[in-house]
Parts: sequence; structure tokens; C-alpha cells
Amino acid sequence: MDKKNWKGWLYLLPAILFLGVFMVYPLIDVFVYSFEEGYNFASQTYYGTGTYNYSYILHDPYFLQAVQNTFLLVIITVPVSTGLALLISAGLSSIKPLRELYQTIYFLPYVTNTLAVGLVFMILFKKTAYTDGLVNLMLQWFGAGPVDFIDGPYWAKMFVLCFYTIWVVMPFKILILTSALASVNQDYYNAAKVDGTSKFRIFLKITLPMISPMLFYLIITGFIGAFKAYSDAVALFGTDLNAAGMNTIVGYVYDMLYGNSGGYPSYASAAAIILFVIVLTITCINLLVSRKKVYYS
Amino acid sequence: MKVVLQNLTKKFPSRNRKVREEVVAVNDFCFEIPDGKLVGLLGPSGCGKSTTLSLLCGLQKPTSGRIFFGEDDVTELPAEKRGVGVVFQNYALYPHLTVRQNILFPLENLKGAEKLTKTQMLEKANEAAKLVQIDDLMDRKPSELSGGQQQRVAIARALVKMPRVLLLDEPLSNLDARLRLQTREEIRRIQKETKITTVFVTHDQEEAMSISDMIVVMKQGVIQQIGKPQEVYDSPANLFVAKFLGTPPINVFRGEIKDGRLYIGENALFPVKGIPGQEVFVGIRPEGFVLDENGPLVCRLGGVEVMGRDISVVSTHKASENSNIRAIISAENKVDTSSQTVRFSVKQSKVFVFAKKTEERIYFDMD
Repeated sequence: MDKKNWKGWLYLLPAILFLGVFMVYPLIDVFVYSFEEGYNFASQTYYGTGTYNYSYILHDPYFLQAVQNTFLLVIITVPVSTGLALLISAGLSSIKPLRELYQTIYFLPYVTNTLAVGLVFMILFKKTAYTDGLVNLMLQWFGAGPVDFIDGPYWAKMFVLCFYTIWVVMPFKILILTSALASVNQDYYNAAKVDGTSKFRIFLKITLPMISPMLFYLIITGFIGAFKAYSDAVALFGTDLNAAGMNTIVGYVYDMLYGNSGGYPSYASAAAIILFVIVLTITCINLLVSRKKVYYS
Repeated sequence: MKVVLQNLTKKFPSRNRKVREEVVAVNDFCFEIPDGKLVGLLGPSGCGKSTTLSLLCGLQKPTSGRIFFGEDDVTELPAEKRGVGVVFQNYALYPHLTVRQNILFPLENLKGAEKLTKTQMLEKANEAAKLVQIDDLMDRKPSELSGGQQQRVAIARALVKMPRVLLLDEPLSNLDARLRLQTREEIRRIQKETKITTVFVTHDQEEAMSISDMIVVMKQGVIQQIGKPQEVYDSPANLFVAKFLGTPPINVFRGEIKDGRLYIGENALFPVKGIPGQEVFVGIRPEGFVLDENGPLVCRLGGVEVMGRDISVVSTHKASENSNIRAIISAENKVDTSSQTVRFSVKQSKVFVFAKKTEERIYFDMD
């Protein structure tokens, strides 16, 4: 091995060390735990090895509920939030007056604390002894009965969770898309305009392909982010998510580790690995689709 | 299709908020482009030539004045209804589409009675591609083409709808010197074949001179001179036009008309009749000098550059506005480089006199 090579590794050492200790080792460790039955943190002991942990959580109704919730959340919020963000940023880039004001307003949720926002949503949706909440008040104007969004039926809770998630993830998407839209060379629009292209066709045939790398980035990170959702549900429904029936996969992992029913690192690890496999699969599918649809300059 | 501009004016609000002054990019333009001609809008950057083009293609609205294509007043028409084809400076080819899709793009926009079938469209696209000789590149993306090829695609896209007027914005500025020469011939050929009235913008006088039927020289939003390239070169209307056209540039001297004679410094060049005595600028084209041992113009010899066919005599004169005087003479002449001075006589047709204050041309009778 020549000297140059040796030096290169030396320079990489700090990064490799940190990544190894805090990323790679825990990942492997989690993988190992997931096959060790009844692992105990305190005594560092386990009964045996095998796939029992997986079989347990796959038969655990709470886990299946969490998987269902997570998938619903992903399928609803990613397309809706990305689509809405695209619509809003397209609107933002076509107005001149007050654009900066609107941009600031749309970005506010991003800098607001999740739990504080959760509180606001409680006021909007929660039914108390004194009031049915702001949203129910408005529903009553249209003659619809009061719905308990926080402790009521499943669909109502799911609606609030999705609504909340979309609201929280939108600002970042709007920010990225507005700058992506602004970076499209005006000449393309001028050329299209001179050729009599309709606004809709310009958007579909020029704008969308031009911003497709950014859009694709948002979709991938959107998927990953939604699969990892947890704090949003806690902000709305409290820490006992299993009881509320609104747990997510990450929430399930957390509960298995530290929750009231916690202390099962083996189950938690198995759930984490399953989540990892799901996210990996979806991301791979995304990448395959993007090869055909995304244009990189 | 002839194009007529009537008192065309475009003002932009000032960027500086403290100064409420408007910027006049295009100031009261009046000219007529005859049908089927190639016209070059020529001027230094910021002279309003690109704005004029934007007004012609309808991307900007004039502050006042009117534009006619033939007999139609198109001033109020939006860009897409004017029937113009535009080639942008950076070509603006859609990078995610192939050459074929790029050329098809304008055709796919057609609606109603004009709508074409897929085969008709492909036929037209192929025709346009053949015209600019890129029919073997149809399946490539713009990024896989050279600058010259991209340029051709842009022209094909502009031509495919058979526009009434073709507009080219600095069409050659992104090409290297050799391609530039080749492409400008190509543009000329295409224009002649299609007979479409064409307007192109450039800051390169050589480019404009070489292919235009007519050039329009502009400065700060005002037309300086309109005419055939050779006419404008041979008879510039003012000092700006004289300086702007020609390589190497014209030699300008501080001079004076005194007792019916034209003087440069102490040197009396030739008699000029019927012009009152005054201070003037004298412009002499590089090819207007003749080596003459007894010539009236005495210059300090700086050096001689051999260019093959011609030689370029570089000298200085204390009344010269340029730091160097450059005279182009035939290589058959011999210059005595050991001498301190060089003497020239001048060809009167290559000498232009301009009023000191207005910089307008003062015409004099030649002997």
C-alpha cells in the first residue's frame, strides 16, 4: 500500500469513527437484538435466538394497528401535501405584490414547535366540558353534528392526524418548490409563450419536468418522514397512543422500549427492522420510477 | 411580410426609487423593413436593441407607438397571435425534450382549424429539420448537441410554424469564431430560401455588416442611421456610427477648418469648400491612408504589423483621439522602419468630418 492511500484513510478516520460508533454499530446491534429472545438491558442476557420476536409483533394487534395507521398517514399525506405545496408555490411565484408576506406566513409552521402547534390543534378540535371546539362550532353552522375529533371515531382521529401532518410538512416543501420554480430560466417560458402554449401545457410540459428533481426529492423525503411519524400523534393524542388506537410504527418501537408496557428491546428492535425494510423497499421503488420520470440537467 | 414601426417608444420605470426618472429604452423609432429582407439591429449593449426585439415579438408592450406586420396592426396582439418565430440568445431549447419534440412543440399548440394530425406535424418537423440540416439528430437531447447544432434546432423550432417574421436575438454570440462564420452564412441561406422577413440583434458590427440587407445602428434608444451596410460604412451620419462600424476602427483626430482647409494639428490635409471655420473631429478609415513621402499628414512611426495581404502601419499623432493610428496599406508598399516619422496622404472619400459639438457629419464637396 502506498503512502498516499494511507494518508487518505487517516483523513477519513474521524468521520468513519463517528459514523461507525453512532450509526453502523447501533444498526448492527439492533439487527442482532431483533433475533435475541427476551433480551434484558440490565442483565445483558437473553433466552435464545430465533425469529420469535418477529412472529410476536406480527401477531400483536397494537403493531398491526400501528402499521395500518402509518400506511394510511403516508398514502394520504405525501401526495396531498406535495400537491398542495406545488399549487401554493406555483401561485406564489405568479404573484408579485405581497409575495414576501405570504412566503413568511406559509413558512411560519416550520419554525413553530410541534407541541405548541399540537396545543392549537387541541383548541381547534378537542371537545371539553365547555366547548365542542372551533371546528365543531363551524360544522354546526352547516347543520352537521358535533364530532369528537380527539377521542371519537377512528376516521375523525385519522383526519386530524393527517390534517396536522400535512400542515406541518408543507412549509418546507413550499420553500423548496418556490426556489425551484424561481430557478427555471425565464427564456423557456418566453419561448413557449411566443409559440402560443397554453398556461396549463407550459406547467405540465415545461415547469414540471424542470422542477422534477426537487419534486422527487420532496416525495422521497416525504415518504421517509411520514413513515417515521411519531411526535405529531403524541402532540394530538397524548402518550398512550395504543389506547387511542392512533399509534405509529415508531411510536410502537418507543412504547416497547420506554412506554408503560415497555422494557422489551427485542420486540422494539424487530419492529424497527421491519420499518427499515418497508422504507427501503418504498425508496427503491421511488428510485426506479424516477429514472423514467425525472429529468436531471 | 413587411414590418413597420411607427413612433415606437418603450420606457421603463427607474430602478432607483429616489430618482423618479424613466429609462427610455426605445425612443421614437420609425422605420420600415421591406418584405423578405434580413435586417440587423446593431448597437452597443444597453442601446435598446433587445427591447426592440421584445416589442416586435410581443413579450413587452410599447409605451407608445404602433407596430404593423404588413397591413395588420399587431401592437395590441399578444405574442402567440403575431405569428413570429423567435430564436433566443441562449436558444431556450427545452432540455428534457429531444430535438424532434422540441421542433414539434410549437405545432402541438395549434388549436381549432389550424390543428394538424400527427403525421402532418412530423412531416413539417422533418421539413424544418432538413432546412437547417439536422435531420439526422432528431432523437438527441439538446445537451448532446454542439453549440452550432443547438442553434440550428432553435432556428428549426422558430421556423416550423412558418412565421410571418423571424426574430433572432444575438444568434451567434454563444458560438466560437469559426462556427460563427459558418452559422452566419447558414442564417443567410435559410433566410433566402424561406424568404421570411428576419430581424436580428447583434453588437458585432462585422456580423451585421456581413449578412444584413439593411442595418439599423442604435445608441441609447435612438436610431443613429439606417441603410445598406456598405452605404452606412461609406457614409456614416455621425461620429458614433463612424466609430462603431469597421475593424480596425476608424482613426479619429481633433482637427479644424481654417481658411477653407481641413487641418489636423499643423498638417493641412486638403481644401474643403463652403464650410465656415470651426473645430471638428476628423475620422479617417484605416484604408484611407496612402504612404506618400510628401504627404501632408506627418505621424510618428510606432511599428509595422504584417498581415500577409496587407500591412498595418501603427503610428501616433498628437492630435489623435485614439492612442494609436492604424493604417492598412497594401503589402506591396515598403515602409522604412528605421525612420522616426511616416507621412501619409489621404483618400478624401475615406475621410469624414464631424462637428465638434454635435458630432454630426459635416459634408463637404470632394474635388
